[in-house]
Amino acid sequence: MKSVFLLCLVVVLAACQREERDFTKRKESEPPDTVSVSPLHPGNPPITTLEESKYEQSAYDVAEGKRLYQWFNCTGCHFNGGGGIGPALMDDKWIYGSSIENIVKTIKEGRPNGMPSFGGLIPEKETWQLAAYVRALGGFVAKDVAPSRNDDLSASPAENRLPSPKPYNGKAP
Amino acid sequence: MRHKLFWLLVPISALFLFLNSLGAFAQQNASVHGESGEWPMPARDFASTRFSPLNEINSDNVDKLKVAFTFSLGVNRGQESSPIVIEDTLYVVTPYPNILYALDLKKPGAPLKWKYEPKTEAAAQGVACCDTVNRGPVYGDGRIYYNTLDGHTIAVDAQTGRELWNVRLGDINIGETMTMAPLFVNGRVLVGNSGGEFGVRGWIQALEAGSGKVLWKAWSTGPDKDVLIGPDFHPYYDMDKGKDLGVTSWPPDAWKQGGGNVWGWISYDPELNLIFHGTGNPGPWNADARPGDNKWTAGIFARDANTGEARWFYQWSPHDVYDHDGINEQILLDRDWHGKPRKLLIRPERNGYLYVMDRLTGEVLSATPFAPVNSSTGVDLKTGRLQMNPDKQPETGKVVRDICPAAPGAKDWNPSAYSPQTGYLYIPHNNVCMDLEGVEANYIAGTPFVGANVAMKAGPGDGHRGEYSAWDIDSGKATWTINERFPVWSGTVATAGNLVFYGNMEGWFKALDARTGKLLWQFKTGSGVIGQPTTYRGPDGHQYVAILSGVGGWSGAIAVLGLDGRDRTAGLGFVGAMQDLPSATTTGGMLYVFRLP
Repeated sequence: MKSVFLLCLVVVLAACQREERDFTKRKESEPPDTVSVSPLHPGNPPITTLEESKYEQSAYDVAEGKRLYQWFNCTGCHFNGGGGIGPALMDDKWIYGSSIENIVKTIKEGRPNGMPSFGGLIPEKETWQLAAYVRALGGFVAKDVAPSRNDDLSASPAENRLPSPKPYNGKAP
Repeated sequence: MRHKLFWLLVPISALFLFLNSLGAFAQQNASVHGESGEWPMPARDFASTRFSPLNEINSDNVDKLKVAFTFSLGVNRGQESSPIVIEDTLYVVTPYPNILYALDLKKPGAPLKWKYEPKTEAAAQGVACCDTVNRGPVYGDGRIYYNTLDGHTIAVDAQTGRELWNVRLGDINIGETMTMAPLFVNGRVLVGNSGGEFGVRGWIQALEAGSGKVLWKAWSTGPDKDVLIGPDFHPYYDMDKGKDLGVTSWPPDAWKQGGGNVWGWISYDPELNLIFHGTGNPGPWNADARPGDNKWTAGIFARDANTGEARWFYQWSPHDVYDHDGINEQILLDRDWHGKPRKLLIRPERNGYLYVMDRLTGEVLSATPFAPVNSSTGVDLKTGRLQMNPDKQPETGKVVRDICPAAPGAKDWNPSAYSPQTGYLYIPHNNVCMDLEGVEANYIAGTPFVGANVAMKAGPGDGHRGEYSAWDIDSGKATWTINERFPVWSGTVATAGNLVFYGNMEGWFKALDARTGKLLWQFKTGSGVIGQPTTYRGPDGHQYVAILSGVGGWSGAIAVLGLDGRDRTAGLGFVGAMQDLPSATTTGGMLYVFRLP
């Protein structure tokens, strides 16, 4: 009986642990110079492996990214992931790379066929939150982190129900 | 016999052109082109009838129609443009990057004579709401004029392809693009801007055809002096009367991002010396952000062709809440209306009504739905006002379902044709409804300013999303209608051979009997057809029919841009109704020209 009580206590207390939210200090560094939009690397230089960003492990940051995605009118071109003026973000095609560093660079720098450069308009932290949300649209983010069905017109699958991208031609997406 | 007639017509045409150059017959410009079998502008004539008097190809022999030549445009985007023909040359312009080709019709296979590349800014693709389309070039005074996606108007020597002038009128950094076909009137080139989904303030400008110098510019919102409203402005209805309505019918300063873009068709009446043009939707789509009638958006202006001064205005959709741009074609007809000869203006409008108007005064004589409409209940002919249905009124944070017609309207940009032989207006149109939710819109210059989640769907019926109707103007109803699986996004042409031509988004280009609607001939092109068919008499004296094949445009965005159909809100909501399009067609960019063997 006592052991059952202890077990329950442990479970209940464990449930109290919540993810950490750092509202003030945390700031991702600039994407490393080695972030590239091409898989070709002449001369075979050493490539730094990219770590998964803290932002895409935090439901709070991804949710903030979703809010900012509306606020900065990303939705006007990419809609709820299906694309329009800009390409779809919920599919498995990534013209300029799917890593969070690549996405951050794309948001900041813009791309020649119409992606505007948001560098200078969107602050650093918010850019990373946005990129984390774009990763969620791509199915890269854990199901318990990605947003679930929202209160708006539900005409697209919720982010946490999108399938994880599968390796393509033996390569990671 | 036909050849003899042709050789007889040559000196007559030459004489007319000579007199025309003297200015004596300037007003008969359109009829001169008609007799010569040329097709000098997308609508063929100033009245925008798209009717050809040629009848070599007719309802008796059209089943023998064969491909005469093809030409690859080298750009696989939505081909909404119209091939035009002057003397022995065919001109065609591509979507972005807006290459202009001239084909030599004298030689077998119509080889390339020259091409002109304007070096259109690639970034312009990022501010074009609905694919990177172009709706056609226009000929006048030995030059070809057209607009580029990045907001330039260009004049090119029709003989040599040399650039004569190139003026930048739009700024892509505020989301301003140009997609419309200019109109050439008496030494002036009339052009307007696009950008209604980016909060771009609409305008129309007249440029001097020889230099590109701006002669006048009329804005669609703002104070009367900006709109060129002066003492000669006499709208028919009280709702359009008052001082500075382009400011006072908006919340403070909202008119500065108010849209009303002139991205559609302009018609011209040489006798009255008036041009007629529509204005686009107000911005943003979410109407909660802009209480008021939002003048002078979603309406039609009659303007003096020389000065641009407004003569009258009528607002199809005051305080538009559905993205119902008012920019469709207006067909100018002189014919009896209820037993009296009238100067009419016919407009199949995006809000679902076919308007018959008096083009002298702007009075609405009748307004009849030509497609399923539940967003409004009718037009009050006393006040002129569209009567809205409160059940279908969108709100911020509320999803309103099954609004008909949807945002692209009962009919979008793709122009109708009128045949004086049958008295029918041939209307290519949509059968699409939508769910719409207003969301907060945030204005950031150069980004979309919409504020709506939209998901479209097929309208009433068996899932067909397109229709092609022959509309009897006198009786005010469709004589026959053909259902199409996808929206009919192509234009159409009517000929004296008792034929009408149009294409569908599966790629079929069709000829129908103009009286009965019977399918007489069809040809499967390589990609969906959304272009404007034209027909001309070649240097060999024979009649040809030309069409561009290449799916795209707003309706075809899913197929041309590779959008993801799981998100029904994609592509401004049109993807919701077009999820099966990529299984029916792929992108293309090919000119097809047909003739009898």
